[in-house]
Amino acid sequence: MTLMDSFTNLEYSSALESSVEAKQWLAAQEGHFGHFINGSWQSMDGADQMPVTNPATAEQLAIIELASADDVDAAVSAAQAALPAWQKLGGMGRAKVLYALARGLQKHTRLFAVLETLDNGKPIRESRDADVPLAVRHFYHHAGWAKLQEQVLPGYQAVGVVGQIIPWNFPLLMLAWKIAPALAMGNTLVLKPAEQTPLTAMLFAHLCEQAGVPPGVVNIINGAGATGSLLAAHTGVNKVAFTGSTPVGKSIRQATAGQGKKLSLELGGKSAFVVFEDADLDAAVEGIVDAIWFNQGEVCCAGSRLLVQANVEQALIAKLKQRMQTLTHGNPLDKSIDVGAMVSEAQFRRVKSMVTQGLESGGDLYQVTAIDESTNYYPPSLITSVETSHPLVQSEIFGPVLVVMSFRTQAEAVELSNNSVYGLAASVWSENINRALDVAPKLQAGVVWINNHNQFDAACGFGGVKESGYGREGGMEGLYEYLKPAGLQRQPVVTFEARETGSDTLATGAIDHTQKFYIGGKQVRPDAGHSRAVHNTLGEVVEWIGVGNRKDIRNAVGAAVKSHAWSASTGHLRAQILYYMAENLSLRESEWVARLQVMTGQAAHQAEAEFHASLARLFSYAGWADKYDGLVHDVPYRGVTMALPEPKGVIAIVAPEQQPLLSCISLIGPALAMGNRIVLVPSERFANLALDLVQVLETSDIPAGVVNIVTGPRKDLAIHLAGHAEIDGIWCWADTDTVKQVEFTSAEDLKTTWCHDDFDRDWMCDLQGEGREFLRQATEVKNIWAPYGD
Amino acid sequence: MTQPAHGATVIALHEQSGQTVGELDLPRNPGLAFDPDCFAGMKINRSATERRATSYGLRRSIKKQQQAAWLLKAISLIDLTTLAGDDTDARVRRLCAKAKQPLSSNLRKQLDMGEWQVSTAAVCVYHDMLGAAQQSLEGSGVHLAAVSTGFPAGLSPLPLRLQEIEYSVAKGADEIDIVISRRQVLEGNWRGLYDEVKAMREACGDAHIKTILATGELGNLTNVAKASMVCMMAGADFIKTSTGKETTNATLPVSLTMVRAIREYLAITGYKVGFKPAGGVSDAKTALLYMTMMKEELGLRWLQPDLFRFGASSLLGDIERQLDHYVSGYYSAAYRHSMG
Repeated sequence: MTLMDSFTNLEYSSALESSVEAKQWLAAQEGHFGHFINGSWQSMDGADQMPVTNPATAEQLAIIELASADDVDAAVSAAQAALPAWQKLGGMGRAKVLYALARGLQKHTRLFAVLETLDNGKPIRESRDADVPLAVRHFYHHAGWAKLQEQVLPGYQAVGVVGQIIPWNFPLLMLAWKIAPALAMGNTLVLKPAEQTPLTAMLFAHLCEQAGVPPGVVNIINGAGATGSLLAAHTGVNKVAFTGSTPVGKSIRQATAGQGKKLSLELGGKSAFVVFEDADLDAAVEGIVDAIWFNQGEVCCAGSRLLVQANVEQALIAKLKQRMQTLTHGNPLDKSIDVGAMVSEAQFRRVKSMVTQGLESGGDLYQVTAIDESTNYYPPSLITSVETSHPLVQSEIFGPVLVVMSFRTQAEAVELSNNSVYGLAASVWSENINRALDVAPKLQAGVVWINNHNQFDAACGFGGVKESGYGREGGMEGLYEYLKPAGLQRQPVVTFEARETGSDTLATGAIDHTQKFYIGGKQVRPDAGHSRAVHNTLGEVVEWIGVGNRKDIRNAVGAAVKSHAWSASTGHLRAQILYYMAENLSLRESEWVARLQVMTGQAAHQAEAEFHASLARLFSYAGWADKYDGLVHDVPYRGVTMALPEPKGVIAIVAPEQQPLLSCISLIGPALAMGNRIVLVPSERFANLALDLVQVLETSDIPAGVVNIVTGPRKDLAIHLAGHAEIDGIWCWADTDTVKQVEFTSAEDLKTTWCHDDFDRDWMCDLQGEGREFLRQATEVKNIWAPYGD
Repeated sequence: MTQPAHGATVIALHEQSGQTVGELDLPRNPGLAFDPDCFAGMKINRSATERRATSYGLRRSIKKQQQAAWLLKAISLIDLTTLAGDDTDARVRRLCAKAKQPLSSNLRKQLDMGEWQVSTAAVCVYHDMLGAAQQSLEGSGVHLAAVSTGFPAGLSPLPLRLQEIEYSVAKGADEIDIVISRRQVLEGNWRGLYDEVKAMREACGDAHIKTILATGELGNLTNVAKASMVCMMAGADFIKTSTGKETTNATLPVSLTMVRAIREYLAITGYKVGFKPAGGVSDAKTALLYMTMMKEELGLRWLQPDLFRFGASSLLGDIERQLDHYVSGYYSAAYRHSMG
């Protein structure tokens, strides 16, 4: 081509990034990777192996070994052994290591970026401008948290050994999101990268050696799903952090049920991209490019559902189609391309067949360029003429495929956005601040971007609700995923059943007292019509209570769902009601002290202490109701990123037996203070005490349906609650088997669980029985990004 | 004429050109009757605009031969400008000579350009310099542009501003760069702005009119978008960012806002309006960013001099240095290239 030709055509240049250094590095490793365990590379003769390929060229880049159960054992043991010294190193010592890792990444940004693109197929522009800088920032940011931990997070300690499993879409960045906070907070870890994209993790392991990470603190093992399962279920692991698909997340929830592990899951999504009539449509078009054609759409929070107000729908689609004409694709190492290769042939085929099959249910497909099987290129795709019931609207595609629907009103936009099993992220496009700030809190998602999409930062939490999983990564909220409360004092186990020796005969002369359930502000008879006697410590029948079943739970949850106005009420209002509840409870002091004594066998002074602690706790949460502020994160952009603690919604509380009044109040208090509605299942032994509280609730202006109480067989009721999709979180104090069943069943819809065995703490102690830990469990942090500027 | 503010038609911006190097037969924008519906709903999000504006250089590369070709193209898009109080006929003649022959014969030879002539699109001067400029440019094909209408503030009496245009046209200017009354924008008097620009367009006759918005004085991007639309409705052939005299002159976000308005106007009317960033485009690298923006947002057609110009004085010198680097592999110095 002559200069004159170029002058006429004015084409861009292809600008291929050199892969020479990356290839040299791979060659120096002989293209073979075992596992990085206890600071050295382990290889097993005869280990199962798997090739690692460049998806854009099918070229084999390396071979990895797949970790066996023995390898996983070795890695977990190394992490366990390294734990004490790592914790003893202190905040400053750990900060130095994290700083060295940040610097190390920064020194080799080009190598990391090229390796990532070779391995994953994403455009080098993205690995260079997004993945690597964000990973660097994550280590810098968390070096700071390591140093500040003792000052800003008193009362918490590291969880211990963490098992981390990461996906193939952002291999290095997800590694950073996992490793940086875990190390900062004093944990040691075993990380398994995705088998499709292990190379930057291998390079990072080398970096750990250079950066002075003590042996065993970071262990990185290769393997596929089977290795991941072994790691997640390993009894030496105290916490599992997983990012990946919702089905795998559910299986991890099931596999770890009852193991007493902390768990964070960052799973799939079908995030809404909501464009109102008053949006800057050209801005929205570029936002869509960021939302769905970034990283080939292989982004868990991809804005894959475009919801647009009907009166600008045609205009937006026209602009979007025009924009799609200029999207370029090609060799991912070419700096001038917009869209690279799907991560693997398997993923390419998956997306292709999903779209093909999906279109059988209708829909108009718009693509500008053709599929290229030889490079696993799937073109940016726009699908119109689809409705909510369409499979491509409901399922996560994890590819560059956008579906479009329209809405008429703001309320309908919110409803459509939330009409998904997922709840990871969403974006709102409007130039009207009133509208944007009204809509953002109403979207069920962990992250809401206003007039932008797919922005991330280490200072800001990321994670979802509903079947998008739980836990946050980044920011202060992310640190708690790697911490547990320090100083819980296990209490001696008291077996109350031993006292239940009496008959079902009412004491002579007593008036029959039968307590019903409390549902929707009414006292309701059990569905099945069964009741059972409750005995005092002398074995006498004090009253009768209902025996609840699945339908009673259904009714109670239904009532709680309806009372949503409580969640929208002000903290000031909730504070007044909680004070009032304390006031009304205090009027019944003598009655309650007597009742506690006769029910639990406590001495008078103990019963009095429990009663007064209960009043104090209500006062604490009345105080907290308008003080559990969110944060404004310091994110490097011109804008405000607000971390808002929002009520979870409907919380199921399965209360402990121990200190029955106090523990009940200690759980109801924070849940109500933060604006949740409650379905309470009290301990079987002291169920009557919870029902006795109804008279207090009814006189304290607590709206109908905000607190609902069902008594009966705790385990059965707990499992029904755990499986009910309208419950947003379940708090459960129970025996190990019940806890296991609850955690297992919660995988149905991935509601959050906060499970404990009975007697895990001393409720009389304020440090153990109240405070921020409870408030955190009563809320979900939503990060709202609001860039500004006119 | 009432049209939706957001056109619903897909305009094929990226039609293959098959164009020649010279100018194309482009129907002039006749303008529209004043219609506030065309711009009243415009709202520009600054952060999102800035984000897009930073992406051109990150998403597209122009290197080696392509870069040389794009830079030669950039030369052909320049309105080589001098607007200084101490301009003289001699200074303007030197500028015109440079406009006609921007590249040294040595560089042309090294680029293997043969008979292929490249000149700047126009020379842009104050009215009083038109005589000398016209003499110098006679028969060269380089257009002659005059800044007008009380440049740069635009605050002289309207009849005088219109008369100024007529004077300049009579003196041989075939392009008139007018300044809008910023106060009309800041006071929200869109009708007033429309009427003024329309009158100026009429005063221009066959000469093409470039309307300078002085975007650095319009307050925000939404005003820039609306002013762009009003000027196009009033019959602007080009919309231009700046006089070069404001504190802030051409920037990519402002330019993107104007370019999107051009796209909007095209969707509504089917007429193509040109764009001219001025002030602030002083090096080759920045010029390539602007050209990339034009290609991405409006297509290749907008990289022809009848639809895109750079208002620049020092840009040409940097382009020469870059071309010199392309042929020699080493960076040149300003003194090695003839002054404009």
